[in-house]
Amino acid sequence: MQKIRYMLLAVAIIFIGIGIYINEYEVVFAKAIRICLECIGIG
Amino acid sequence: MMRRLIQTISTVFFNGYVIGFINGTIFKGDLKVTCVPVLNCYSCPGALGSCPIGSLQAVLADKKYNFSFYVLGLIMLFGIVLGRFICGFLCPFGLLQDLLYKIPLKKHNKFKYDGKLRYLKYIVLIFMVIIGPLLLVNDYGTGDPYFCKYLCPAGTFEAGIPLAIANEGVRSALGILFDYKMLILVIVVYASIKIYRPFCKYLCPLGGIYGLFNKFSFYQMKVDDKKCIKCKKCIDACKMNVDVLDNINSMECIRCMGCVKACPVDAIDAGLKKELQRIKNEG
Repeated sequence: MQKIRYMLLAVAIIFIGIGIYINEYEVVFAKAIRICLECIGIG
Repeated sequence: MMRRLIQTISTVFFNGYVIGFINGTIFKGDLKVTCVPVLNCYSCPGALGSCPIGSLQAVLADKKYNFSFYVLGLIMLFGIVLGRFICGFLCPFGLLQDLLYKIPLKKHNKFKYDGKLRYLKYIVLIFMVIIGPLLLVNDYGTGDPYFCKYLCPAGTFEAGIPLAIANEGVRSALGILFDYKMLILVIVVYASIKIYRPFCKYLCPLGGIYGLFNKFSFYQMKVDDKKCIKCKKCIDACKMNVDVLDNINSMECIRCMGCVKACPVDAIDAGLKKELQRIKNEG
């Protein structure tokens, strides 16, 4: 159980690192700073 | 009482941009690059961070990406540390459902299809959050966030309604989709009065993902078999209908501490610190 736990933790950190490296966060930021028309029901 | 306080602080903390509610605008600062651990719409006027499920759909719907390392990494990180403790203690939409369930009307928390309906959230996750945005794309190669658009009542409650009240431009643009989403919200609100946390049990894709981590998370629940007198008061107290004695770290447990409080002999333990200590002792 412990091994799985630490493995998942490591995978999570590696994923975040890759996401930052390939600039994926920019998509998140660009979406989050504009009013999401789908979310509020305009479409 | 402590849980309610933490839920309230968490709700205020994640939605602290008060000026947004007054002006009918949303926060545009750098913090929005980070996902919060809870289902909290990033178009809520007060939201200081991004919704992980909205962000996941946004990345998958973008033609540049077929997989979201960043968002999945963050969700995994939150999940592996706390599991569904996040649902029980931190989620603003969970708090809303908790408060609605306090309305003294006849409850139907246990019914025939309760168990089977729990799988619905994984269908929502696979089709509305992953496959839809990834594969159902337009001519430009971009998809829609189907969960946000057609199902998420948190978006309607936290973003749609406040923006419609405070922002005339938004108000004038509302149409049939908003009416449909309001209907979904009304159904969830009504169901929340009768059933404990129906959205978390049956529909929330984020709760579904965190549930997968419940067994592995650093935060763990434990029953001390030496102390337990098998009175089953914990099972009766569990509003998520978890068989506490058989599977206390079930995917459905939101770590609300109902069972811990109900136990007359203090046989149930929960925590992050103790689990870390145990791991350390085991070497």
